[in-house]
Amino acid sequence: MGDTLKIVVLVKHVPDAQFDRHIGPDRTLERSESILSELDEYALEAALQLSEARGGEKAGNQVIALTMGTADAANALKKALQIGASSGVHVTDEALAGSDAWATSLVLAAALRAIGDVDLIVAGMASTDGETSLVPAQLAERLGLPQLTFASSLEVEGRTAVIRRDGGTTSDTVEADLPAVVSVTDQINEPRYPNFKGILAAKKKKIATFSLADLGLDAGQVGSAGALTRVEQAEPRPARTAGTIITDEGDAGVKLVDFLAAQKLV
Amino acid sequence: MTMTATLVYLDVLPAEGLRKPQLDLLAAGRILGPVSAAVATPPSDAVVQQLGEHGVETVYTPDESDLSSYLVAPQAAWLAAVAAVAQPGAIVLDNSFEGKEIAGRLGVRLDAGVITDVVALEADGTAHKSVLAGSYEVSAKATSPVAVFTVKPGAAEAAAAPAAGSPTVTTVEVPQGAFAHAARITGRTDRPRSGRPELTEAAIVVAGGRGTDGDFGPIEELADALGAAVGASRAATDAGWISHDFQVGQTGKTVSPQLYISAGISGAIQQKAGMQTAKIIVAVNSDPESPVFEIADFGVVGDLFKVLPQATEEIKRRRA
Repeated sequence: MGDTLKIVVLVKHVPDAQFDRHIGPDRTLERSESILSELDEYALEAALQLSEARGGEKAGNQVIALTMGTADAANALKKALQIGASSGVHVTDEALAGSDAWATSLVLAAALRAIGDVDLIVAGMASTDGETSLVPAQLAERLGLPQLTFASSLEVEGRTAVIRRDGGTTSDTVEADLPAVVSVTDQINEPRYPNFKGILAAKKKKIATFSLADLGLDAGQVGSAGALTRVEQAEPRPARTAGTIITDEGDAGVKLVDFLAAQKLV
Repeated sequence: MTMTATLVYLDVLPAEGLRKPQLDLLAAGRILGPVSAAVATPPSDAVVQQLGEHGVETVYTPDESDLSSYLVAPQAAWLAAVAAVAQPGAIVLDNSFEGKEIAGRLGVRLDAGVITDVVALEADGTAHKSVLAGSYEVSAKATSPVAVFTVKPGAAEAAAAPAAGSPTVTTVEVPQGAFAHAARITGRTDRPRSGRPELTEAAIVVAGGRGTDGDFGPIEELADALGAAVGASRAATDAGWISHDFQVGQTGKTVSPQLYISAGISGAIQQKAGMQTAKIIVAVNSDPESPVFEIADFGVVGDLFKVLPQATEEIKRRRA
């Protein structure tokens, strides 16, 4: 297999965080106005750079975008193909609605086994909707793989992946043998935009679709039925209301301190 | 009210005594029921005594002492082995990168529901958290026999137990093969420290954005006068004016201070995401149309290079 890499990038179709997002009466997220999760673009870019450094698709490298979600989630895959992924895999099934991280990792692990012979699995640092950052660790546990998470740099030398991970007080170099699960932060690179050529090329790229049955999974293991956590209540945070707004007439710094003093903050 | 036997995971233990966030975590665990502690490094006698004072009945330690040079798979494997001995109904970890990842792996090993980013716990196992970047408050429960929680700083305040006990210390072996899938830490460098409070734990945050035009001087001086942490908008970190470590917002840190002072930040939804749970928001911006004024308790339309230094001087004058 030489130096070529078969990389799977996990992508998610999420409500656009630029707009107000809402939780519906069934206590799940309303999924209109959805896009490829912004944080997944960094994962895709990292994968494409690793592939290109090894001669890209022509040399036998693959960057496969994998998603799980409704029919609409194929839009996240299409965007990934336009940006440069070589093919897509879409796991879709009505029973998946309401899946938590536990069920999501179960399904993605099965999909990765079906894809087979994967060297590297790359994810974003979090989904911009669920925000738990649990899936990479759970996926690694299910597949018996090491995880290198929150990478602000990523290199692969031979069969070893090396990342830099910036914590609160230290910056660590962490390495693991391939295959491995990696998650990357938004500091790792500048994601590219799809260009006209990429958009045209994407039309010829293939998306494979799997149902739960195709993956040998049972509906009861996933979705709301299989979830191990339950949201009991979801309330929008009361909207903040504007307070006192003044225009500086030369003494606003003092007035600001007056306000802080009145609130017993100085 | 049924009490849930709770296992609290503590990572590196300072020999001289537990850190305040670790004691807070024990207090969070005690909300659920009697606590035992799984500590990743062998505890000193002083630490064992301190654990007893904070209500810990049993302390579990690993037989291998170098769990700390690996990332998470071995810790999760060991913690699962501890859980097999301790039989807890709940496991509580901190909300750090490592805490969440160990929790995630543990969730798979124990078929346990994991709830992250917990800001408050109730005795019946209900966990409260903010979602969608602080725009919703949810309460959630695990439906599995074991629940795993990662708890944010400030969810509970450390307190000595009514009666101090002497915990038993039990060694639990790190399972064979636990290191097979470990990521190895091969290098570590200290990051520069500002001497200011940690951004996510600070009671006061002063944050600057595009309006600073790269000069964070007035932000830092006001922060120091208030004993505050410095924060920044994504525009400021993307411009390279200040390290990404200081970024507050959707892809940065989420803060919930008593006071958040925003200077030269428009307050677009991405930035608002990281700070809207602050108790009091003060905004200084030259553009009266900035969205930040819609959520500010006190706003100044003005030049931050004039308003902030004047406020800093005024605070110093009143203190003098």
